[in-house]
Amino acid sequence: MDVLQLIVSGLANGCVYGLIAMGFVLIYKATEAVNFAQGDFMMLGAFICLGLTNAEFMGLPFWVAVPLAIVIMGAFGYALDLVVLRQMSGQSQIAVIILTIALGFVLRFAAGLIWGHEPVSLQSPIAGRDVRFGGLVLGLDEIAVIAVTVLMTFVLWLYFNRTKLGVAMQASSQNQLAAYYMGIPVKRVQSLVWALAGMVAAVAGILFASKGAIDPSVGLLGIKAFAAAVIGGFGSLPGALVGGLIVGLIEPFASRYIAAGYSQIMPYLLLFLILVFRPHGILAQVHRKKV
Amino acid sequence: MRTVFKTSYDADINLFRHGAQFGWYALLLALALLLPLGVSTFAIGEMTNLLIWAIACMGLMVLVGQTGQASLGHAAFLAVGCYANVLLQTELGLPFIVAFPLAGLIAGVAGAVIAMPMTRLHGIYLAIGTLAIAILTDDFIVVAAPLTNGVMGLFAPDIDIFGIGFNRYANPDRLYYLVLGITLLVVLLYRNLQRSPLGRSFAAIRDSEISAQAMGVNVARTKAIAFGISAGITGLGGALMGHFAGIFNNETFNIIISIQLLLAIVIGGLGTIHGAFFGAAVVALLPQAISMSRDFLGQFLGGGSIAIPGLEAALFGAILIGFILFEPSGIYGRWVKIRTYFELFPFYRKDMFRRQKSYLKTERMR
Repeated sequence: MDVLQLIVSGLANGCVYGLIAMGFVLIYKATEAVNFAQGDFMMLGAFICLGLTNAEFMGLPFWVAVPLAIVIMGAFGYALDLVVLRQMSGQSQIAVIILTIALGFVLRFAAGLIWGHEPVSLQSPIAGRDVRFGGLVLGLDEIAVIAVTVLMTFVLWLYFNRTKLGVAMQASSQNQLAAYYMGIPVKRVQSLVWALAGMVAAVAGILFASKGAIDPSVGLLGIKAFAAAVIGGFGSLPGALVGGLIVGLIEPFASRYIAAGYSQIMPYLLLFLILVFRPHGILAQVHRKKV
Repeated sequence: MRTVFKTSYDADINLFRHGAQFGWYALLLALALLLPLGVSTFAIGEMTNLLIWAIACMGLMVLVGQTGQASLGHAAFLAVGCYANVLLQTELGLPFIVAFPLAGLIAGVAGAVIAMPMTRLHGIYLAIGTLAIAILTDDFIVVAAPLTNGVMGLFAPDIDIFGIGFNRYANPDRLYYLVLGITLLVVLLYRNLQRSPLGRSFAAIRDSEISAQAMGVNVARTKAIAFGISAGITGLGGALMGHFAGIFNNETFNIIISIQLLLAIVIGGLGTIHGAFFGAAVVALLPQAISMSRDFLGQFLGGGSIAIPGLEAALFGAILIGFILFEPSGIYGRWVKIRTYFELFPFYRKDMFRRQKSYLKTERMR
């Protein structure tokens, strides 16, 4: 029973990592850039929802606040690409990485200024309720996290592989110039991807905030999610989920069966091993470059 | 603009391009040597801090600016250098003058060994790998508590060279001269590296890995060497940082420091020694500038000094975003543009420093 409980809580944590990782992968798949501020996007999404629904702020009903927060984050992502990242097209990947790291600093500061640095939790109807299966006590929030994540992965996967816009997004990253020739509005497609990443981050943030308290520095979780994305294979959506689940599962088991200090290390140790032995992740999508 | 007429092949790799350039740097050195006579003890401490950061920045610059490999984990090598230096002195009883270069060597070897499996990676994967190393080092320091004293941290002993003591508080001028001397040595090493075949193969890898390979450069080995040299110099910077701080633990070298280091060299200007110094100046002096302006504002507005948490990091981030968007070649790049404007006046054109734009292509299949 104990192990089962560990598995479920690990899975729920892993799903949040997976959702953040999916944001990374989305942007990477379509623009070949890496958004190091994805964790801070998640934090921002959580705080926006919290600001809309919590009684001490605006006090809107939960089911109004959630779509509103998702839409706001989508608009934020679109605007960010329009104003900032579009200037960066044609520059090196590293420049974009550094830019998004800096953006993360700024977002964390802004959130701290608006909502304070004290941990707060989201007042949601799924928080703190239990579901019983026989002797097993599971939090409703954990089950909701897992269900939503699986659904999101499936929808996004379908979107990328079956819809016209999804294929256009892939095309615009694989060969920008050729995509232009084929009549794909590359710039708009990239802005749309950033919007999508913002929305996914908002969902991740809302789920995370209803599982426990958040504060502005929670965005640093993004680094762990990043490890998850690489373990699964950067550029693969199901890979991101798999990576997130692996990281989420490793942590509680490592802290229980090895030693408490090691649970922090394990994800990164795994990441390092994966990078050395299978540099492109478990579900790899890269083949050797031909000249 | 001064046109240098080169009459021999050696003229291409001279240490200074022409006599006037040598004159200017000699003047700068003289100013640096005379500085302790003119300014307060506090300012000397800040200058020492700046020079230490400059050493660390030069270390990272060898890797990022010269070889074109991103690293988000250089705080790890700062830590290795710092801990190696102090442990060699306290545990083995070696004098500073032996322990210090040895610490650089240990950091360098650690860098090269870590780089070997990672030279297959490039671009973001390398950045991620180094990120993992930085986090692992942070945790390793905590786990290896018997040696490193974990989160409690270690005290750095006073530097002692042949009976002459160097302490930040007792004799700041001496520490300043020591750090200045080490900085000069590192600059000379860096400059010589740039003019040597090795430095040129670094540049070849930075500009195009495939063409470097075609020109007969052993890409994997050269990258590992670049990592080694870079980590070694950074380790020296870390050792000095430990002595300057006096006490340090795993938090002193956390992931934020590696990111700050990377941001510093981007703000300063990638690929130049000047850039390392400009970036170091921004990182080392920004906290002081913020606290000073806060005191000033506090007096001006009548209230006490207001402390806003995270302001420093946010301001740093905002400056960086500004630089990447509007001046990607950093402070040094801006300075070169201003200089060219006046040298060519009135023939400067706006597009003289225009960068080539490229279209994106991926290595993924789907």
